[in-house]
Amino acid sequence: MKGLGVARRWAGLALTVLVAVVALTALPAIAQDAAKEPAYRSFPVIGSRLAVWGVAQLHLNFAAFILGCPIFAVIIEIIGWRTRDERYDWLAHEFVKLTFAAFSTTALLGAFLLFLFVGYYPKFWTYMTSIFFPTYGVYALLFFAETFIVYLWYYGWDWLSGPRKWIHVSLGVLSNLVGTAILFVANSWVTFMISPAGVDEAGALKGSVWAAINNFTWMPINIHRLIANIVFGGTIAAAYSAFRFLSARTDEERARYDWMGYVGNFVALSAFIVLPFAGYWLGREIYAFNQTMGITMMGGFMSWLWIVQAILIGVLFLGFNYYLWLGMERIPGSERYRKFVPPMLFILTIGFIVWATPRTLVVTLDEVRAMGGTHHPVIGFFGVMSAKNTVVNLMILTTFLSFVLYRRANRISVKPWARTGMAVQWAALFVAAAIVVFYGVYGYFVESIVRIGFSVYQVLAVLSCILIVMAIDIPMFKGARSTGTIRWGTIAPRSQYVLILLAVTFTWLMGLMGFARSGIRQHWHVFGVLRDTSAEAVTPALGYAANVITIVTIVFFALVTFIFWLGGLGEKGKAGAHGHAAPVIAGASGGED
Amino acid sequence: MGFLRSRFFHAVLILALAFCLFRFGIRPPAPWSVIRLYMTVVLLATLIYVSADSDSWRNFVRPIRSTLMDPSQRALRYALMVVIPLLLGYYAYTQAAARPQAPPELRAVHPAPPDTIQLRGKPINISGAENPLRKDQASFKKHVAAGGEIYIRNCMYCHGDNLDGQGHFAKGFNPPPANFQDPGTIAMLQEAYLFWRIAKGGPGLPKESTPWNSVMPAWEDRLSEEQIWQVIMYLYDATGQQPRRWETASGGH
Repeated sequence: MKGLGVARRWAGLALTVLVAVVALTALPAIAQDAAKEPAYRSFPVIGSRLAVWGVAQLHLNFAAFILGCPIFAVIIEIIGWRTRDERYDWLAHEFVKLTFAAFSTTALLGAFLLFLFVGYYPKFWTYMTSIFFPTYGVYALLFFAETFIVYLWYYGWDWLSGPRKWIHVSLGVLSNLVGTAILFVANSWVTFMISPAGVDEAGALKGSVWAAINNFTWMPINIHRLIANIVFGGTIAAAYSAFRFLSARTDEERARYDWMGYVGNFVALSAFIVLPFAGYWLGREIYAFNQTMGITMMGGFMSWLWIVQAILIGVLFLGFNYYLWLGMERIPGSERYRKFVPPMLFILTIGFIVWATPRTLVVTLDEVRAMGGTHHPVIGFFGVMSAKNTVVNLMILTTFLSFVLYRRANRISVKPWARTGMAVQWAALFVAAAIVVFYGVYGYFVESIVRIGFSVYQVLAVLSCILIVMAIDIPMFKGARSTGTIRWGTIAPRSQYVLILLAVTFTWLMGLMGFARSGIRQHWHVFGVLRDTSAEAVTPALGYAANVITIVTIVFFALVTFIFWLGGLGEKGKAGAHGHAAPVIAGASGGED
Repeated sequence: MGFLRSRFFHAVLILALAFCLFRFGIRPPAPWSVIRLYMTVVLLATLIYVSADSDSWRNFVRPIRSTLMDPSQRALRYALMVVIPLLLGYYAYTQAAARPQAPPELRAVHPAPPDTIQLRGKPINISGAENPLRKDQASFKKHVAAGGEIYIRNCMYCHGDNLDGQGHFAKGFNPPPANFQDPGTIAMLQEAYLFWRIAKGGPGLPKESTPWNSVMPAWEDRLSEEQIWQVIMYLYDATGQQPRRWETASGGH
């Protein structure tokens, strides 16, 4: 039976590859034919744009998951390999299993998206092909390589164990490198549509395709998506663990998935902390490319989207911290840190309030008159970037502090210099917070162009603080005295709902921000080069966009649940499938944190 | 006095204090849309506060559970069953009842300018454009004085003699005229942006701002190109604000 199952999976691989081959080899012929065709066709019932939007977003969600998850899976595998701790090997295998389950769906959605472009937007696709045709071959090659490597990585887990483990780990690293390259190629197409480069006024390629690839927003989106994929992969894996935790029948199973959920959340949180910096860089590059586009995004009709974004990110910050605080309950010795929770929550709440304050207030005429204008003389100070940059950096510092306290919850340093070390750590935190606040306040007294530069100092202060604190923390708690082992599986069940909430919130956020990125092109397929002359060229209202993204998010989670359920069916009755008997986690020493 | 230590009481107290602070502590009064947003955040934070550990959560839930389950609390239970729907009904009524004023709307604070505009047939670059009169520093005062005169003749009636948006006609407009003293208006914009807004006025606003979001006329019909740049110089000089400078493109592209 096992052999039959493997054969089926290889058949799945063959089908995926076949779909990709047919799709990619047909491209030149399709592109040539497209020239004779109408510019647009209409997709039945829902229209072409909605069809492309929905499928593209679903494809992107799955792609983000299968590209993000292996990044931390291979890191966890390396930790297990070097420490000879089988729990990590099991965990890495679990993460890759999730990736594997979603792999075919990603490819099929990608192929479907391609067919939609070719069939319903032939003129647009012909143009994109005229610029990016050389990259199609590269993409196909990378895709084949990625498919084979991931399959080998997953199925070779037992075969390449023991002395051959380094080969297996290398496969994991290689799959990540190839996966990242795929992301970069696909990003070149998307970013060219936002900020075209290397083309003349008629839109024809002037020289090498490299100029079109290396456009203004390419590298910022590469970095932003790479980090966001890790966050996304972490939250989805954590949500999966939460689901398994809540449906667990034994304490051992509960402990295992509690630990897996914690690791998934930790991964997501670690990457999430730097995500706003990458987003800020992307925003600056959009401004640098085209001021109009930047204003449309931040001050124009898209500006309300940032309030929604601020609320969702505020929820993420609160959720990450709440989960850590709940998690401390299962750590003996953490009681001494409970007193820090209310002040940290206070800072996060104030930060959330400031960040969510709109620049332009929703006001009635009476309120406008009472305020003496559309800008409130007090609240107005919270609506500008100085305030928002300041509070987001303070929220990052607070979240980092939560993590540091969690990390040392059951450990007492035995190093003679521990007191000095902690004093330096606290000093680093206060100095970083002071720098952030100083530049935040000073920003109100200087002109805009100078103020923009202050955000760099704020970011550097926060990153330096994180580095200094961790550089002291790691040696300080090496060989520390334990106050007890972590009681995995005893965390309050509501924490697991938080993990699911985080995954849903982040998926929704990705969809909305994707709409912002795409919507700022307005009535252009390729901004300033190829105009969208279809009947659906109008930029949708925010409410409509939010509804579409909500439906896509629901469909995504329905598909993910179905796929993971399918994957789980194969594992039922095979506790030791692939030689990966689940380890016993309950009462673990907590070395993994 | 045991209830003073109850988490439920803490939660109610936090919410009440936060509401009082937002409603009465901010002057002039904050718009209700903002108060609602702030209170939602505070409610979320309060729920986290009371449930961040199991003891606290049990403490919080105890009076709720008691009210719902305890036979001795039957009278209170019935009272709540009447009062809560009534309060919700009243809230629904206040939200749905017709009011003699336009509902609040979402405005684009800084609508995106076009890259170029036509001024009496002459194309003018908005993106990246500098005020040409600033090159001639010797004539700076002359241009500012001319701009001041143009302002007083044309703009003061709406934007006010203090440039604070409180002109004679200001009360009649929704939204009111821009307050140039506010650091969130011209200080955040390049001079070219102002040029576009003054030259094209309300009719030249992009669709995202809908034409009724400004009653300002298109001044290109009444002022010359030089006069528009002069009045812009006056706006910055009189308010003490600095125009935003253009960023130079980052390297590598």
